[in-house]
Amino acid sequence: MMKRLLPPALTLVMAIWFLGQMRPPQDAGFAYSKLGKLPVVFNGRLKPMDSLARNSLLQINEMQTLDLEPWKSMWQNHKKITAIEWLANVMMNPQVADNWPVFRVDNPDLIMFLKLPDRDTDQHVDREHPAYSWNQIAPSFDAFDKENERVEQIEPALRNAYQRDVVKVHERMELYAQLANTVQPHEAQNWKQDVVDYENAIAPGLVALNAQQAGKKFDQDALNEFVGEWNLFNAMAGREPPLIVPPENSGKWKNVATVMMDAAKNQPVSPVVGQYAAMTAALQTQDVAGFNSAVTDLYSSFRSSFPRALARSNAEVFFNQMQPFINAMVIYIFAGLLAIFSWFNLSESLRRSAVWLIGLAFLIHTTGLIYRIILQDRPPVTNLYSSAIFIGWGACLLGLILEKFYKNGIGAVVSAGMGFITLIIAHNLSLDGDTMEMMRAVLDTNFWLATHVVAVTTGYASTFVAGFLGLIYIVRGVFTKTLDDVTAKSLARMIYGIVCFATLFSFVGTVLGGIWADQSWGRFWGWDPKENGALIIVLWNALILHLRWGGMIRERGLANCAVFGNVVTSWSWFGVNMLGIGLHSYGFTDAAFKWLSLFVSSQLGFIAMGMLPTKMWKSFADKSQLTPDTEACAEGVTKK
Amino acid sequence: MLAGRLIKFFTSLRLTVVLLAFAIVLVFIGTLAQVDEGIYNAQGHYFRQWIVLGLDLFGHKIPLILPGGYLIGTMLLINLLAAHIYRFQFAVKKIGIQLAHAGVILLLVGQLATDMFANESQISFAEGQTRSYSESANHYELAFTSASGPHSEQVVAFPAEMLASGDDLKDANLPFTVRVKQYWNNSDTQFRAPMVQNGPPLTTNGIALNFDFWPTNDVKTTDDKNAPTAQIELLGPNGSLGDWIVSDWSDDGAKIEEIRESYTPELGASMAEKIVGELTQPQSIDVNGKKFTFAMRPQQVRFPFSLTLLKATHTVYEGTDIPKDFRSRVLLKNSHTGESREVEISMNNPLRYAGLTFYQQQMTAGDETEQAGLAPWSLLQVVHNPSWLTPYIGCGMVAAGLVIQFMFHLAGFISRRRAP
Repeated sequence: MMKRLLPPALTLVMAIWFLGQMRPPQDAGFAYSKLGKLPVVFNGRLKPMDSLARNSLLQINEMQTLDLEPWKSMWQNHKKITAIEWLANVMMNPQVADNWPVFRVDNPDLIMFLKLPDRDTDQHVDREHPAYSWNQIAPSFDAFDKENERVEQIEPALRNAYQRDVVKVHERMELYAQLANTVQPHEAQNWKQDVVDYENAIAPGLVALNAQQAGKKFDQDALNEFVGEWNLFNAMAGREPPLIVPPENSGKWKNVATVMMDAAKNQPVSPVVGQYAAMTAALQTQDVAGFNSAVTDLYSSFRSSFPRALARSNAEVFFNQMQPFINAMVIYIFAGLLAIFSWFNLSESLRRSAVWLIGLAFLIHTTGLIYRIILQDRPPVTNLYSSAIFIGWGACLLGLILEKFYKNGIGAVVSAGMGFITLIIAHNLSLDGDTMEMMRAVLDTNFWLATHVVAVTTGYASTFVAGFLGLIYIVRGVFTKTLDDVTAKSLARMIYGIVCFATLFSFVGTVLGGIWADQSWGRFWGWDPKENGALIIVLWNALILHLRWGGMIRERGLANCAVFGNVVTSWSWFGVNMLGIGLHSYGFTDAAFKWLSLFVSSQLGFIAMGMLPTKMWKSFADKSQLTPDTEACAEGVTKK
Repeated sequence: MLAGRLIKFFTSLRLTVVLLAFAIVLVFIGTLAQVDEGIYNAQGHYFRQWIVLGLDLFGHKIPLILPGGYLIGTMLLINLLAAHIYRFQFAVKKIGIQLAHAGVILLLVGQLATDMFANESQISFAEGQTRSYSESANHYELAFTSASGPHSEQVVAFPAEMLASGDDLKDANLPFTVRVKQYWNNSDTQFRAPMVQNGPPLTTNGIALNFDFWPTNDVKTTDDKNAPTAQIELLGPNGSLGDWIVSDWSDDGAKIEEIRESYTPELGASMAEKIVGELTQPQSIDVNGKKFTFAMRPQQVRFPFSLTLLKATHTVYEGTDIPKDFRSRVLLKNSHTGESREVEISMNNPLRYAGLTFYQQQMTAGDETEQAGLAPWSLLQVVHNPSWLTPYIGCGMVAAGLVIQFMFHLAGFISRRRAP
């Protein structure tokens, strides 16, 4: 009885934990989370302030919340703030925000170049992850601009670690400057008053300007005041800050700077500017009630005038709050451990618990995937980040199907393991910024994204699943006695089936990519690195099948070959992007290179292990256990 | 006996496996090589090649001999065909696998045909301009044009490869011999501004008086193009007629646009126009009362119809520089058929006409271009590929074959598990 109830009970507990995570945060003081729901357009995409805040903080600080006291040890209590609280202060209270340690600068040479306090001597710098404030870097701005200009002349593929960091940190500063010019000019002291003064200065200023150009007598002070302000807004617009003013009649979102300049062309200043200015004044004077009522006013006016934009924005805030992929990841780990334990004591209730939990995690994973599809109005895979999410999803589904047929805990481990690893990868990829960015011209086609990209990523997912099964075969065989005849046979059959599936999808996906290329620039095959990577996967899978059909490999060889499929697929997925050439080049990062090298060497290590003589395999060492059939299989590789 | 062994060799699965393994190695190395050699050269070095002699990776020379793409492809084709013919038996269970392999054969043959018969060229034009020919992206010629009648002209063209060989060039229709003194596969140029002249001009005739030229490395990506330049001397029966510089820079639409754009921001549109005017000034020589105009230019493909660029549109996402869409509105006129219609060519939506396909490739248009005072300009890729349909059919066959095969496996697997 107890055993029957364990799986649903565990799943219920985790489900409640997940739902608890989704509870929206309550604002204790300033209504930051309400501010987070206001729509804004940045990088061409309508999104909530909350997403702008999270993505920007990830890019600048590599975290989703800002630690204001990073130098304290992990045992002390740190003062941390949410991304939206940080953004609100950057936009409206820079006198405070410009002193927060937000810019991650890891490279010691760059720290020196920017004349920043040394991480070893200054007690207010975190030694592991030094972060500095805008004001700390400000004295070096001119030198930094020049250095950045120099480095940008060097081709990205040829830059060294220092040069890559120069560009990266400079981009972070530029992003910050964009944000700081969203509501008001970054330098503004009393923005609410400035807006009023400027509006009053326009009419006399224009009169003076016209008189000056007509060569008549004019009011120099009126002209100076107007032109001075106008130039300030022109510089502000040059930063290309986020667009926070919704369309009036023209149908386009505008940034504050453009609105202010257009005011001189007799276009009325949108009330949204004033409402943000009121928020700014209240935030700077720590007037909670004033701030909250300004936020509520603006929120209400969006609700009445732009209900669709607001609804979309709210939906995305809910998605940010839900964090489906991080939560699914946690459940995958837990489920995977249960499934591995089930191999040893062969407990059916442990195995069933694992499967139930994977089912829950998969449900959350799927919800997140579908939510993204709807939010973006795009097929599931649009960039590297979403490819990781999708590969994990596909692999998890395949694992569950295997588990349904074999009920031996192997499919469960594949599901949980692949789900966990790919979501970790996705999390790291999300550090690059907005994961729902707009698609560049060539990619702006849902048809090909839905066919070619989905087929290719399904090919990746299935090749990885075959490789994961190969790893299980090797690890269980070498280190444990659990790889008995039945398990070994069923593993081999699973690998074979999955390789067939992988061949189909990687082939179709690759050729569809060729057809897309033929449609868009008239070249079916151009030997582009990404194309070549996909071709290698197809060739490798075909090679495995032919080796198997020709009897050149048996069970063990099949497992080893499948593991090498991991190497081939990771090369195509990430490796080719690092070459810095071709149509699918996303740039080189040290971290990605390090992890890819580690992954490839680990896989080669496993293959070496898989080629050890059978007497060194724990599962095969005891000869009496072996049937003649397994023995032959186990030696398949060595005979070849 | 020998025939038996040959058949065994060419139909063996081991050969397939070895060829696939070589293909993987070759594709991998050919990808890495693109970092140094560029995509175009790497293709020639590894894929459009029978035997690869020596590798060149990350600046290191590696003495290794590999079968090239042609050899592997041909061997795979023979292997597949031989195995199919030799072992073919009609069985329902094998239909899937046979269909898939037939599809692979079609793909291989189709790619071979594409390689042999396909031709890529480009049209670059500004708004309002009309073109009835396209220009090759990577083949050049030295062309001598003279009038052969009131409305017709005679063209003698030497492919750039002949210039590279350094031999004297002769043709019965030319009253002179062309001696190539220098030939550069790729070159750069600069206007000889009046105040900053460093050194004498390369020749005392033609464009060299106003422009300097010097050799540079070959381009590495398919987006860039070489600009060959040569110094030639024309020799008449009574000795030298003079030296000239002939360069792709002065006769290639895309390159001329590049020059115009590079000078516009600093010197303004009208000065840039003047510089371009000097550069594109036709060069000619009168021999025995006959005028020969000569130019180094991309090889041309002539159409029996014309295209006029009416409007080039480049849209970006709100508040960003991220391109959203490129499209060219073009007037298609064909005097033979009496056609005169407007068509729109955009990314992912090519125009297929008269056996040619026109793709939107690059564009200089939009707000920034207008602000810089440049005329909106568009580059179309023109492809003639008689075997363009083979990948579509081949892919369908392989996919269908694999699905059928897969279904057989799955059905067998499930029924086996159902059985007690």
